[in-house]
Amino acid sequence: MATLKLDGLNLRYGGEGGTHAVRDVDLAVGEGEFCVFLGPSGCGKTSTLRMIAGLETPTGGEIRLDGRVINHLYPGERDIAMVFQSYALYPHLSVRGHFELPLKAQKVPKAERDRRVAETAALLQVGDLLDAKPRHLSGGQAQRVAIGRALIRQPKLFLLDEPLTSLDARLRLETRGALKRLQRDLGITTIYVTHDQEEALSLADTIVIMHDGRIQQVASSRELYGHPANRFVAGFVGTPPMNFVDVIASPTATGGLELTAVGVRLPVSAEEVGGRVAPGETVTVGVRPEDLLIDSAAAEGGGARGRVVVVEPQGDERIVSVALDTGSPTPPVWKVRAPKSGNASTLAPGVQVSLASRPRGIRLFDPRTEERLL
Amino acid sequence: MTDVRLEHVRVAYGEHDVVRDVSFTVESGELAVLLGRSGSGKTTLLRAITGYAPLAAGRILVGGEDVARQPPAERDVAMVFQSYALYPHMTVRENWAFPLQAAKLPRAEREARIARVADTLQMGRFLHRYPKELSGGQQQRVAMGRALVRQPRLFLLDEPLGALDAKLRVEARSAFKALQAELGTTTLYVTHDQIEAQALGAKIVVLDEGVVQQIGTPDEIYDVPANRFVAGLFGTPPMNFLPSELTQEGDSVAVTSGPLSVILPPEIGRRVIDAAPTQGVTLGVRPEAIGYTAEAEAERGAPATVYLTEPIGHNLIVDLRLGETLIRARGHRDDERLARLVPDDRISVWVDPARVHLFDQATGQRLG
Repeated sequence: MATLKLDGLNLRYGGEGGTHAVRDVDLAVGEGEFCVFLGPSGCGKTSTLRMIAGLETPTGGEIRLDGRVINHLYPGERDIAMVFQSYALYPHLSVRGHFELPLKAQKVPKAERDRRVAETAALLQVGDLLDAKPRHLSGGQAQRVAIGRALIRQPKLFLLDEPLTSLDARLRLETRGALKRLQRDLGITTIYVTHDQEEALSLADTIVIMHDGRIQQVASSRELYGHPANRFVAGFVGTPPMNFVDVIASPTATGGLELTAVGVRLPVSAEEVGGRVAPGETVTVGVRPEDLLIDSAAAEGGGARGRVVVVEPQGDERIVSVALDTGSPTPPVWKVRAPKSGNASTLAPGVQVSLASRPRGIRLFDPRTEERLL
Repeated sequence: MTDVRLEHVRVAYGEHDVVRDVSFTVESGELAVLLGRSGSGKTTLLRAITGYAPLAAGRILVGGEDVARQPPAERDVAMVFQSYALYPHMTVRENWAFPLQAAKLPRAEREARIARVADTLQMGRFLHRYPKELSGGQQQRVAMGRALVRQPRLFLLDEPLGALDAKLRVEARSAFKALQAELGTTTLYVTHDQIEAQALGAKIVVLDEGVVQQIGTPDEIYDVPANRFVAGLFGTPPMNFLPSELTQEGDSVAVTSGPLSVILPPEIGRRVIDAAPTQGVTLGVRPEAIGYTAEAEAERGAPATVYLTEPIGHNLIVDLRLGETLIRARGHRDDERLARLVPDDRISVWVDPARVHLFDQATGQRLG
């Protein structure tokens, strides 16, 4: 177990005018924490991981493991284990052989070795495969062996780069569960890189969202989803993503503001917005698809009006796309998540509907800085 | 108007049957989805419709006409693949004009069709661009456009969104569904992705090992899966399966799996008992059909232990250890009781009797 601290970490390729892949990254990862770096490709998440592993040299800043700066250490000296997308098992070695290899290198006595092999195999549910060679393993089993091999020597830090990407959907789900449980049981501090938000949300104690080389937000899965720091995070996390529309804030008699969007008149006091929105200014309203209520019967009602464009069944739900009546020839299309059991059966392309937000469903963003205001 | 009927179609490579006795119909103007894993025979079926894979038996009728004697080029079928196969040295306009020039369409008609498709796909601003100057989503629309300009009577797509990232795929999916509805071209769409299949298909044909497993609307397939294979293919997370036993006491039929017991509604119970060859059955439960209470309040529930909790967006997935098996339950993130659960908590779970699925343990067929 260890703590990891990144201090003003920077990575530039090709000097001045080159690519600035990682910019001023500060991060503290606690003992036993499962930390996931999430972002679109090119956001700097893998570069950051590679610097921690020692495969890339930072052009600025410090990496501390248990308080000690490790920038100058070779990868082999850092007491770090890594697992990649390609599991790279030795074809001639059995599962047991793979587990024993790092222990033999550390000269662990045989009795202790056997005990750890059995324990790791049980945790990863490969106990009855110990004598199997890689060619007899499924993709999910092979990846679990790769994970076991990395963890068996009990490294200070465990790094994983998209380890589940090459597995099919069902195996990915299973292996994800096994990995999360194993990490909890062993308590090894873990950094995991992925572009798959579902994977990140399900695995992480803490998620680090990156974009353009910068950290956008560091938060738990629930916090990230419920209280995104800015519009990028709000739009990146969630499938389908949050709906956005720009509205003008109008003054109220009490000196606060009133925002009319999606049929909800939202009074906001001046203190609440911290003086960051003035009357007449434009703000971006964001609502998640499941925070919208759709009504076809009361299209005459007070909500935002629109026309159903597409209905997509999804198990016990429907994803309904609604073109808002804004008068524009290319109106914004909002997505609504509606339960199948409700009025969803009356919804079909062309039907006029009204939309309203659930209480506390509305988020506000500054259209220029994109920071969240509410 | 064009419908497509497949009647007892068999396709063989050498001795090996890749497609065995497949029959289904795509109605005129319908968007039908062919869903299967890799190796299920779905792409082979598409090739049979286009004329590139010869039939060993059966027939294919397009617009009521047997196409057996028509070579591929005469079938008036347009295809879009996962690899867009755009001509890299041609602009978007040239990529689109190419099939029309080949068909010797007059210039004015060519221009009119290209303009219309550009408008439909919102690609008007990109007509002069080369493929490498476009994003993945735009390239995908160019591939789609090249098929559309021909105004084919039948549109076949093989995993056309497979190369896009998850976010773009969701966008492109609903855009395609709206476009298809607007054009009304009879369409068969092949995918391995159950989410895509449900979202798009007015009708879904589930194929496995060259055999049709079920044909139905997304709701029919989700709510009344014909067999265990189909049941396990759909849902996020997919259905839980538990080895179980049927017991009968007077009129009452119960299904029991380890600590979990569900008394079936009388009518369903009777049908299941009649249909089941043995007492051993497979109980299927969707993650959203699992209820739970904290143990202290439990009377009707089975004891279970929380293994993991996974907050995923608006959902909270809870992995539970129930007897010897691991099952997954799904609830809403705003459910405070669910959100409080942590690994190793002991709770009680129960299943809504109206929402259980039962399958023959040996054949996997639905019972009752």
